[in-house]
Amino acid sequence: MDFGFNKTEELFKQMICEFATREVKSLAAEIDEEERFPEETVKKMAETGLMGISVPVAYGGAGGSHLMYIMAVEELSRVCGTTGVILSAHTSLCVEPILQFGNEAQKMKYLPKLASGEWLGAFGLTEPNAGTDAAGQQTYAVENGDSWVLNGTKIFITNANYADVFVVMAMTDKSQGTRGISAFIVEAGTPGFSIGKKEKKMGIRGSATAELIFENCRIPKENLLGKPGAGFKIAMITLDGGRIGIAAQALGIAQGAMDETIRYTQERKQFGKPISAFQNTQFQMAGLETKVQAARLLVYSASVRKGLGLPYAKDAAMAKLFASETAMEVTTKAVQFHGGYGYTREYPVERMMRDAKITEIYEGTSEVQKMVIAASLYPKK
Amino acid sequence: MKIIVCIKQVPDTTEIKIDPVTGTLIREGVPSIMNPDDKGGLELALRLKDEFGAHVTVITMGPPQAEAILREAYAMGADRAILLTDRKFAGADTLATSHALSGALRTLEYDLIIAGRQAIDGDTAQVGPQTAEHLDLPQVSYVEEVHYREGDRFLRVRKQTEEGYQILEVALPCMLTVLASASKARYMRVRGIVEAYGREMEIWTADKIDVDESKLGLKGSPTWVNKAFTRGVKPAGTVHEVTPEEAVDLIVGKLKEKFII
Repeated sequence: MDFGFNKTEELFKQMICEFATREVKSLAAEIDEEERFPEETVKKMAETGLMGISVPVAYGGAGGSHLMYIMAVEELSRVCGTTGVILSAHTSLCVEPILQFGNEAQKMKYLPKLASGEWLGAFGLTEPNAGTDAAGQQTYAVENGDSWVLNGTKIFITNANYADVFVVMAMTDKSQGTRGISAFIVEAGTPGFSIGKKEKKMGIRGSATAELIFENCRIPKENLLGKPGAGFKIAMITLDGGRIGIAAQALGIAQGAMDETIRYTQERKQFGKPISAFQNTQFQMAGLETKVQAARLLVYSASVRKGLGLPYAKDAAMAKLFASETAMEVTTKAVQFHGGYGYTREYPVERMMRDAKITEIYEGTSEVQKMVIAASLYPKK
Repeated sequence: MKIIVCIKQVPDTTEIKIDPVTGTLIREGVPSIMNPDDKGGLELALRLKDEFGAHVTVITMGPPQAEAILREAYAMGADRAILLTDRKFAGADTLATSHALSGALRTLEYDLIIAGRQAIDGDTAQVGPQTAEHLDLPQVSYVEEVHYREGDRFLRVRKQTEEGYQILEVALPCMLTVLASASKARYMRVRGIVEAYGREMEIWTADKIDVDESKLGLKGSPTWVNKAFTRGVKPAGTVHEVTPEEAVDLIVGKLKEKFII
């Protein structure tokens, strides 16, 4: 497979690099320090069309490729992991399932405003007792006249405090197990729906991560996404796609740490020469560069497969597993190369190391990725 | 309102080096960009489009690869793009370039022509004003701001001067040369990027434009670069803390030592 970008992707790369460097990089340390959601950046992203990159023009998007969206998450994350995941959660976890599973009325109602960035999207699956074992959903929805009534709590929801539209999973028929879970579109401000505690996190601290609380929350019947009982399947397919986004975030963080370390090791002098002149530095950096490039090929490969409509679940899992572990390794070593300075907030690598860790955990832990990959090696007979 | 913006592809001089032996620019591996002042000019035109529905044409003279900045202009919001490219244009100095541009502009309709103040590779600031002269248009250079009221046949502009600024009114049609600092240029729009390479690119050769061919290219260029070189770095001087009288003796002594006096 050839990853030479075409001319459109080259032009897009130029734009997203400029945007990330001028609009995102300068805010990264501040929003981390203040644990502040960068609303002003999201507004600027919306103006340029970044909130609807791969949404078809008919639904108000830019009509770009999945690879362009992935490049955007990578380049934003290269300077700010928080900004990368805002776009990834919005696109992969809310826009994509509505695009893929929504009926025409739902698409016409939600996609134009999501693609323009007027509305921000989020996704609610995880619960206190349903993490990796997502089938253990306790949030439930009951049909009542022309409504569904939701009760329950979701946790660790990215974009929660700022999102306008949520794709939410809830049990509609417990006797059916995973086939009793359904997916719903819930709008912010619906009576009975509130945002709970905001998490204080190790990294991606500008990202708003919070609880969703449903207390007799009544939503219109037409907000069921897909068929009743299709929710678990919708969630799993959505996460397959989301993993490519998180893999791109991890890749961007890793590349950002490489950029910082290449610069620092040329400036920092010890024993009379720049530390980049030592073979230990060169050999370690050579190894890390190779891993970052290998991660990039896995991420782009999964994205291109998805764009072509080929199966990509295993590719997405491998991309996320390898890119997130590479991000953790590169950022940890980047801090080591920076020595004492690297441990301070004067340099961005400590933030990158904290940001990298979550990529091994959310949208499926590394262990879940291995389960997915192994399942493709040993299919059920 | 019909606006034409003249733009140029230039090497990103923040990343450029000069070959110490030949004295020429090392262009290999240096990214090419839309000249910053020209981008500022395009932004002003696009703001007039946003507000008054102006039609914006971009035009550039250059080698075929200069198409890249026209695609970028499309992605920013331009409506029409023209690439002037022909071997007959090659080797042009500012005068020959301005003849080629004015030859093309004569065949187009416009109310306003905008050019960047100067290009970061040549820094002459001559092409815009020369083009205006060939077209016999009023011109204002070093423009920082443009104000227009619907229906008016003039613009009110703010021109930067060394001491401060001037507010001038200029009748349309006219030529403005614009500073990059005048307006923060917008980012390319994602949808514009997706569509940019599918849009028409008009390629114009010398026979398509209204100009005397003897004024084009190398033969139309009176400017000759005799020699270009990198100035050597002077060694650091020495500091002597002495009285003025002692300084005179010291300096005269040094000059005699080097047989200068």
